[in-house]
Amino acid sequence: MSDYTMTEQPKDHLVSALVRDEPRVLTRITALFGRRGYNIRSLSVGATEHPGLSRMTFVVTGDRGVVEQAMRQLEKLHDVVRIIDHSLEKFVDRELVLVKVAISPDSRVEVRQIAEDFRSRIVDVGRHALTFEVTGDEGKITAFIEQMRPFGILETMRTGRIALTRGSNADIPSHVYHDGETETLRPAVESVEPREERARDVPNLF
Amino acid sequence: MTGAKALWATLANHGISTVFGYPGGAIMPVYDALTFYPEVRHVLARHEQGAIHAAEGWAKATGEIGVCIATSGPGATNLVTGLADAMLDSVPLLAITGNVARHLMGTDAFQEADITGITLPITKHNYVVRDVEELPRVIAEAIRIARSGRPGPVLVDIPKDVQLAAYAGEVAYPHARPEHPAPKPEAIAKARELLLAAKKPVIMAGGGSLDASAEITALARAWDIPVITTLMGLGAFPSSDPLWLGMPGMHGSVAANRAISEADVLLGIGLRFDDRVTGRVNGFAPNAAIIHVELDAAEIGKIVRVGVPVRGDAVVAAKMLTESAQKLDLPEWRAQIAEWKSRTVTPTEWGAGFAVKSVVDRLRPDDILSSDVGQHQMLAAQLARFEKPRRWINSGGLGTMGFGFPAAIGAGMAEPGVTSIVIAGDGGFQMTLQELATLKMYDIRNVKICIINNSYLGMVRQWQELFHEKRYSEVWLGDSNPDFVKLAEAYDVPGYRASNAEELPGMIDAWLADPKSALLEIVVPHEHGVFPMVPAGAALYEMIETEPPRKQPAPDLSAEMAEAAEGAKNA
Ligand SMILES: Cc1ncc(C[n+]2csc(CCOP(=O)(O)OP(=O)(O)O)c2C)c(N)n1
Repeated sequence: MSDYTMTEQPKDHLVSALVRDEPRVLTRITALFGRRGYNIRSLSVGATEHPGLSRMTFVVTGDRGVVEQAMRQLEKLHDVVRIIDHSLEKFVDRELVLVKVAISPDSRVEVRQIAEDFRSRIVDVGRHALTFEVTGDEGKITAFIEQMRPFGILETMRTGRIALTRGSNADIPSHVYHDGETETLRPAVESVEPREERARDVPNLF
Repeated sequence: MTGAKALWATLANHGISTVFGYPGGAIMPVYDALTFYPEVRHVLARHEQGAIHAAEGWAKATGEIGVCIATSGPGATNLVTGLADAMLDSVPLLAITGNVARHLMGTDAFQEADITGITLPITKHNYVVRDVEELPRVIAEAIRIARSGRPGPVLVDIPKDVQLAAYAGEVAYPHARPEHPAPKPEAIAKARELLLAAKKPVIMAGGGSLDASAEITALARAWDIPVITTLMGLGAFPSSDPLWLGMPGMHGSVAANRAISEADVLLGIGLRFDDRVTGRVNGFAPNAAIIHVELDAAEIGKIVRVGVPVRGDAVVAAKMLTESAQKLDLPEWRAQIAEWKSRTVTPTEWGAGFAVKSVVDRLRPDDILSSDVGQHQMLAAQLARFEKPRRWINSGGLGTMGFGFPAAIGAGMAEPGVTSIVIAGDGGFQMTLQELATLKMYDIRNVKICIINNSYLGMVRQWQELFHEKRYSEVWLGDSNPDFVKLAEAYDVPGYRASNAEELPGMIDAWLADPKSALLEIVVPHEHGVFPMVPAGAALYEMIETEPPRKQPAPDLSAEMAEAAEGAKNA
């Protein structure tokens, strides 16, 4: 017997959504999260290989029940074509971060050495600071930041996590809820009509 | 063809025969085009809120989509309450609003409001049509979304220049009605197992079960399981059936609330476990394994722990559960329930309950009963007996005062052959009473208005009495109420009044027999309460079954206080 409101320790859940590329989609989704009190820890949005479809990856914190409820609410939105819960499949995830580290003549070499160990690239060189670009999973990025912290981190900017399911049938998880397949996952990607950018000739009339 | 004409043509293709609305600058092309589409009747309300509640009444009575229309800015914002109402009560509704021309959008132009932004959380979906080529497709899609799955309101905002733009494409036709998913056989099998082993089973049917009423009735009878219908589900199971236990929740029946509290298996069908139904959630059905049949996956497990989720159409689920039914022989449970049922209170003394009962006892099976929000609503829900679904129209989820009267107009217009009765309070009626003009304008003859006049915002007064030590803050209407009979007559609507038990039956007769729509004011004592009642935050088993003996009124301290104040001044 499954139990839908089981409580357990809140943790981070990585979820992707394929959404129609329409105005206000982002507002709709974030408003839904906000109203129902789900906190989004990280969010990244970008176009997909399919015209008219964007992909969002977000990290929601909560117990299993909370996250499942959030996903079900999301799934009801007309703009949401498919939800992918990465915790149910093997997946790869990445995050990109820019880190600006303070340097002094003494620390310069050491900082560069650590960056090299992390295969990080230097994207900006200043007299008193170096800016690094690091990609990797969350652990790697956190480790990088921890290594740099003693030298003095001036600024960081992280993109938020992005993720893809592993394997050839990427993004078509065998199941999303623990009660098995859901019918609502059916709406095929093909049913999405791409919005053509039409020339806007706006007559001036009241 | 213009965009505006394409709009009407699309609505006509969808079989929309009546729309409720109010014109204005940004929707004028649509009103202009209306004159070319006599197949669609437009009903001019006296306030956009009246228009949208009428559309809701239409939809709730027929199960078909209701349509309303308003201009930009203030017209559109006047729809907000109705949209929120339709959202919470899952009413299929299409709201069309005009907006300023595209080049003015976002400039804070005259009568511009970002209505799609405003209504984002209270619509199932909404659109701005920025291209006339998309207009018919969007309207068709909006209607499909409003009706499919769990129904709800969809708003389509059309800039004025899009209404005027030339349209040369096809006019859209309805989408095929999407089939609801059938429940999984494994889920049904699990539910059946639970029911077979049940010693104290109960069925609870909500607003989502109205269209499965025949199947649920067959199911309950086949298993011999008692049925509770929620406020929104009243009529889903015939009240005359001995298996019926009444309504659950804050003002639910003793039998319903006790049965829920004792049940070992609760089969919920088409409902969302609203907090007014459950009371304190961790005290709700504390001993029961819950089977939840529901179309909307997001509702399963949202509020209560569900043992067996049955995702799918209530009609199909009920049929599947009936096929495998086995009559349960549970004499002890039956006896217990009979005892609870005997605790039903019937109002015998003159008061709001007596008045409401006198009116609802006159309902014929086809008559539609609407109510506004307040004590009279709960009394009507407790005392009316519905044999059929879609004969009870009220604002359950949002609890919208001002809803009842326009909704009764909408329902009455949808079914001109039946009597559409509305019970309202003296407070709520005054929120949308201007719709008396709508009755007059369209010579509507089947709407019967009953006002229970207790000179108070009764429900709020009851809470003040029970939970705020009788500090009656801002709930007295007595000094400023209009003469409701004269008011009605000012709109050419005949008015009747009764102030005691003796004259009431005669007045009800005359009011119902009047060939026109008519208003009956029933003047009742000021301080009656609605019981049973489960105080907010309490569990259902903590219900107060009958009205507590009225305490002595608080002593009048005004003289002493004046004296003290005087003393303070002199000191
Ligand atoms: C629009 C709106 N405003 C306020 C309320 C809060 N409210 C709920 S019941 C009620 C009193 C209703 O009084 P009346 O219409 O006279 O009916 P009664 O309770 O006396 O039967 C109020 C103010 C509401 N439900 N809706």
